[in-house]
Amino acid sequence: MDFEDTAEEGVFRALARAFLKENAPPPPEAGAAIVSTDLETARAWQRAKADAGFAGILLPAEAGGRGGTVMEQIIFDQEERAVGAPSDVHFMIGLGICAPTILQFATPEQIARHVPPLIRGDEIWCQLFSEPSSGSDLAAARTRARREGDGWVIKGQKIWTSGAQHSDFGLLLARTDGSVPKHMGLTVFILDMKSPGVEVRPIKQISGASHFNEVFLDEVHIPDARRIGKVGQGWKIALGMLMNERLTVGRVFSPDVGPLIRVAAQTEINGAPAIDNAMVRERLARWYSEQQGIRHTVSRVMTALSKGRDPGPETSIIKIIDAAREYEMAGFALDLLGPAALDRAGGADAAPALIGAFLEAPGTRIGGGTEEILLNVIAERVLGLPGDIRVDKDIPFDAAAAR
Amino acid sequence: MNFEFSDEMIMLGEQAERLFAARDARKTARAVLDGATHRYDAALWREMASLGWMGVAIPEAYGGAGLGAQALCIIAEQIGRSLAAIPYATTLYLAAEAILLAGTEDQKQALLPAIAAGERIMSFVDATTGARPGQVGRDGTIHADALLAPEGEIAGSLVLAALDADGEIGLFLVDLSQAGVKRAPITTIDPTRNHGLLTLSHVAAERLGSGAITRATLDRLIANAMIPLAFEQVGGATACLTMARDYALERHAFGRPIGSFQAIKHKLARMFVANELARSNAYYGAWALSTNAPDLAEAAAIARLTAIDAYHFAARECLEVFGGLGFTWEADCHLYIRRAKLLASAFGGTVKWSETLMAQIEPRYR
Ligand SMILES: Cc1cc2nc3c(=O)[nH]c(=O)nc-3n(C[C@H](O)[C@H](O)[C@H](O)COP(=O)(O)OP(=O)(O)OC[C@H]3O[C@@H](n4cnc5c(N)ncnc54)[C@H](O)[C@@H]3O)c2cc1C
Repeated sequence: MDFEDTAEEGVFRALARAFLKENAPPPPEAGAAIVSTDLETARAWQRAKADAGFAGILLPAEAGGRGGTVMEQIIFDQEERAVGAPSDVHFMIGLGICAPTILQFATPEQIARHVPPLIRGDEIWCQLFSEPSSGSDLAAARTRARREGDGWVIKGQKIWTSGAQHSDFGLLLARTDGSVPKHMGLTVFILDMKSPGVEVRPIKQISGASHFNEVFLDEVHIPDARRIGKVGQGWKIALGMLMNERLTVGRVFSPDVGPLIRVAAQTEINGAPAIDNAMVRERLARWYSEQQGIRHTVSRVMTALSKGRDPGPETSIIKIIDAAREYEMAGFALDLLGPAALDRAGGADAAPALIGAFLEAPGTRIGGGTEEILLNVIAERVLGLPGDIRVDKDIPFDAAAAR
Repeated sequence: MNFEFSDEMIMLGEQAERLFAARDARKTARAVLDGATHRYDAALWREMASLGWMGVAIPEAYGGAGLGAQALCIIAEQIGRSLAAIPYATTLYLAAEAILLAGTEDQKQALLPAIAAGERIMSFVDATTGARPGQVGRDGTIHADALLAPEGEIAGSLVLAALDADGEIGLFLVDLSQAGVKRAPITTIDPTRNHGLLTLSHVAAERLGSGAITRATLDRLIANAMIPLAFEQVGGATACLTMARDYALERHAFGRPIGSFQAIKHKLARMFVANELARSNAYYGAWALSTNAPDLAEAAAIARLTAIDAYHFAARECLEVFGGLGFTWEADCHLYIRRAKLLASAFGGTVKWSETLMAQIEPRYR
């Protein structure tokens, strides 16, 4: 066991530091929400990183990445975070989820066309999976793709699509065959978001922000050259994509107890400092030990990855714990502030960020798989318990949908 | 970065797991609980000693193997998992470490090889706090009533943290075979970890080392012991999960294995989540202990807090999964509930260790 950089890691860290020192734009103002980084600043930064070989560190050099190691990605993330560089939130889905999937399943032509601009931040990507009637049950997608001439015509609707309003392309899961059971009739396509018939409508979230959207697809033409993998292979690709989502685990941003400790130091309970209250202290200590537990779990995952092993579904414990902590910690801080928390404008300095976190956290608990689905995954794949009863599993999709 | 035990450590853990399973350590623990056998698993203790496991963390110069704290943690996990009824924790995590920390060269030579050979069971008591702290007089004797001592009925000697004649804290060695030592049995929530009430009537107490130690040093000694203890807790919690999982696959209700009900699946998955979190903190503790890391005190507190929580949760939910059977004396579920509570209560529970942790981290954040 050791937490030291190896010689190569040390060299890479020095390289990253030197690059960041020269090039990183100034950090955003204190308290600014992480997701609000404006697109143009983020884009310029992504390009600068790509030119220096620090964008898409895990992606192959032929495709415009660095062809680096997981540890290099982690080291760069650590250093980048330390200087407060703009977050890559706009590119995260593309870099972390779409690009690896394209690299794994697409043709060399598709890779050459799409991956380099994705890495440079010139083209933004989204994930068009969820639908109004299929979220957890992704394989029940109803959006249809029917064969016509040299391509496909898409009709249906996607929903909760993060970043669709900024996106140039999306990976689309659509049903190409309704006469077979649901998992067997799906295919994945690259959708040009600027195609005629694509309509993106932002959805207002509980925080008031609109990061996700409805995407209506009305007779949208996709050339067959933009199909990924074989017809009917969509479910396998979708599962691969969810795996890739897991590999981004070392990059999670775990909520920090620090600001909460400062709130407790600045507020009072019946005239005494809140930070001296035993109940407050016990809660803070519990959250802190969970935070460290997550940090050390990430270290275990990183070790497995750097030794070439699959981290496995164990990594889902990270989201389960962090999503709950985020909500509870922000809620507790607001409790401590009392009436000062209610006033978004004139109240406590910390209130807007806390309210923001409090109203973002429920989404963290749902997006990328709900807590219940993650618990199912652990129960079935780690603990080997029986699968849920799936009444529609062996029935042709159209017949099941008609029931 | 390499946050994983070495192959050597992993093999040691597997060896320990196999031995405890082969000797059915849990069965003997139950026999201790039922009063059917002696107060600890003496046969297992001897066998472990012959394998050199008492001395894994004792330096070679004193008859140990000098493998360090990580090896101790690795064995601790398997002890916790098997519920072995042995006086390992007090003897090694506390008493041996106290001797290493404070003892003179002569004292180390006199005591540690015997401990490493499994010939000496030790008790450890911190009598420095409370309304009437223990105090050793100028004549080098101590008088104390009703000291609650882990391994109190079976230990050969006691390391006692007490005040000296000047009111300073010292570590003292008390030979429990002296006249003037009275032992009374006491039934704690978990009789598979022996405890006794000691009455010391003016018995000789030999200072470990040559002078007083600070409160901070004593706190550190105890905090460090919480790390291998956390491994026992993680081991126990893991055993609860395995036991509950196996039963959930085997027991049927409503024509299905109960493990196919989502309420049960999610219960088990949550046990897994809590156990892995505790395991990560325990691993970090092992690393911090073996390298004497600057954040060792903090690492001990977080390892202890998450281990207490994980073990309580796992033991309680394991019993629930067994239904009525789990509530019987016959089923082993309560052995884990008892052990979880004993390990949590000894050295203070979550409230105490939360406070200890906050004292560490608060100044850094304010
Ligand atoms: C912030 C955010 C961003 C998102 N971004 C994207 C995106 O970019 N692209 C995209 O395709 N999707 C995205 N999603 C959608 C997300 O993946 C789905 O919302 C999620 O998978 C849940 O699906 P659902 O909303 O249809 O809920 P449902 O599946 O209808 O679930 C409703 C409730 O039922 C429970 N439930 C469902 N099935 C089971 C089961 N088998 N066992 C137990 N409980 C069950 C769920 O846990 C939940 O509590 C995003 C969602 C959020 C909140």
